[in-house]
Amino acid sequence: MSGYKFNNRVVQWVDDRLPVFSVLYHSTVDYPTPRNLNYWWNYGSLALFALVVMIVTGIFLAMSYTPHVEHAFESVERIRRDVNYGWLIQYLHMNGASMFFIVVYIHLFRGLYYGSYKAPREVLWWLGVIILLLMMATAFMGYVLPWGQMSFWGATVITNLFSAIPVVGDAIVTWLWGGFSVDNPTLNRFFSLHYLLPFVIAAVVFLHLVALHTTKSNNPLGIDPTGPQDTIPFHPYYTIKDMYGVGVFLLFFLYFVFFAPNVLGHPDNFIPADPMVTPPHIVPEWYFLPFYAILRAVPDKLGGVVLMFAAIVVLFFLPWLDSSRVRSARFRPIYKQFFWLLVLDCIVLGWVGANPPEGSFVLIGQVATVYYFFHFLVLLPLLGKFEKTRPLPASISAPVLKGGGKVVAEASAQRMEKA
Amino acid sequence: MAEPATHAHGASGQGESRRDFLLYATWAVGAVGTAAALWPFVHSMNPAADTLALSTVDVDLTPIEEGQSITVMWRGKPVFIRYRTPAEIEAARAVNVDDLPDPQPDEERVIEPQWLVQVGVCTHLGCIPLGQKPADPKGDFGGWFCPCHGSHYDTSGRIRKGPAPANLEVPEYAFLDDTTVRIG
Repeated sequence: MSGYKFNNRVVQWVDDRLPVFSVLYHSTVDYPTPRNLNYWWNYGSLALFALVVMIVTGIFLAMSYTPHVEHAFESVERIRRDVNYGWLIQYLHMNGASMFFIVVYIHLFRGLYYGSYKAPREVLWWLGVIILLLMMATAFMGYVLPWGQMSFWGATVITNLFSAIPVVGDAIVTWLWGGFSVDNPTLNRFFSLHYLLPFVIAAVVFLHLVALHTTKSNNPLGIDPTGPQDTIPFHPYYTIKDMYGVGVFLLFFLYFVFFAPNVLGHPDNFIPADPMVTPPHIVPEWYFLPFYAILRAVPDKLGGVVLMFAAIVVLFFLPWLDSSRVRSARFRPIYKQFFWLLVLDCIVLGWVGANPPEGSFVLIGQVATVYYFFHFLVLLPLLGKFEKTRPLPASISAPVLKGGGKVVAEASAQRMEKA
Repeated sequence: MAEPATHAHGASGQGESRRDFLLYATWAVGAVGTAAALWPFVHSMNPAADTLALSTVDVDLTPIEEGQSITVMWRGKPVFIRYRTPAEIEAARAVNVDDLPDPQPDEERVIEPQWLVQVGVCTHLGCIPLGQKPADPKGDFGGWFCPCHGSHYDTSGRIRKGPAPANLEVPEYAFLDDTTVRIG
């Protein structure tokens, strides 16, 4: 790490004692990155950007928020109406949560498509799944804080999931609540944890990056770089590409913030929490809908809860469930089709989750749930054995550089854009 | 920062200046954009609209007897209102202004001579001086005495002795009628 020499003597002096500059240089400038990354590889840096936006807006919101059942709803309304730019910060935070999940879900499906979870990136993948779980916990608790009707009843329903646990279930729920219903102690601890967890996420993101920089990035071809001709330095090529991605992302994000700030929310959350009246139709935020559909697909309390958690736990085992040694779906003609079927399945689950559990929605939800697990538990282990994969190219540069050897970087850099 | 890109394209003199211009222009736009994005966050910490809306308070003076003081809350701070006796007014005006640490004639500190309105926060380090209640120590000059670090204020609220650098602040106020004053 200390192999770098810096022209600035102060930088060198610090670096000899604490190699921050070496590490930064090594991991953001010099870092050799596959030259063929496409735009789907932007979503990692976008997720980091979204996390920073959430933490910064959250810190400023916390300055004006009161975690008390008597004041929480009003303090959020005060943020929207009276605090300078409070409307902007609150809408950035509220819509930022949705944006964070959009980005992370695309990032996750990118990993599924290109086999980014396979050896040697299993731990990198696990850390990503842990981040997803932490995000879900954080988002859920954050949604409770405005103390509207959906906040209150969402908190009631989700905490009651734990009552499905045999024997100790009720004791656990009472412990989670700090009382006999969702009330002020619940709100206080949720606020405390909602402030804590993003920093835990940041720590896991750091580990995620350490693991990434150890195994290096996967790429659309799913083959390892064979030498310097297959990689380019992270800076300026991917810094500029990531910044461009952030610009496009901001256009999308800020469209919602400025022109449709409440379209992703639920109007019932503008009614103050009332422990005596449940809204007629309880739905979680859109990013939980597929899991909500799985929960409701099982006509058994414990079974539904177990299956819902299993839907995420199954991702931990993905590196071993997928028996194919070929990473990228580009060379897996059958897996590629089932991948898109899984995407469709998740969308169907989300659609079912948004609708009341009656009529044909019950059946559709059950079929989609079965298919979700069928994909991971049956299809993936079998596909690796029976699928005939396409031949892999000799190297990343081979398909575009006829001969694939040492070449001038200039000529290929532009042609690679289309690869 | 531009070096690797410049090398990658191996541009000659002409291309370099154009590239440099684009680079600096991009940095400039980025810096302005970042500053513009930071401002809402900074400004959100300034007093909110509802806080500003509470920044005036009306006080009815009728219950105050001559020689009495009352303390009212204004912007979260105590405001001292004293109905001064002719003796106190005379004491405040008999002083040679040039000898004061913070020279200011009593006439400039009041609208109606008998009504002294001032922010009851010591100009040293923000404690509340004693002297509002009849039993309080009033310092060596019959006004107020700050117990934190021993500043003495006279019957016009001017600093006379002790570490405080300035006279007690006189807030903006106006008489709505003979017996009502609006502070702020």
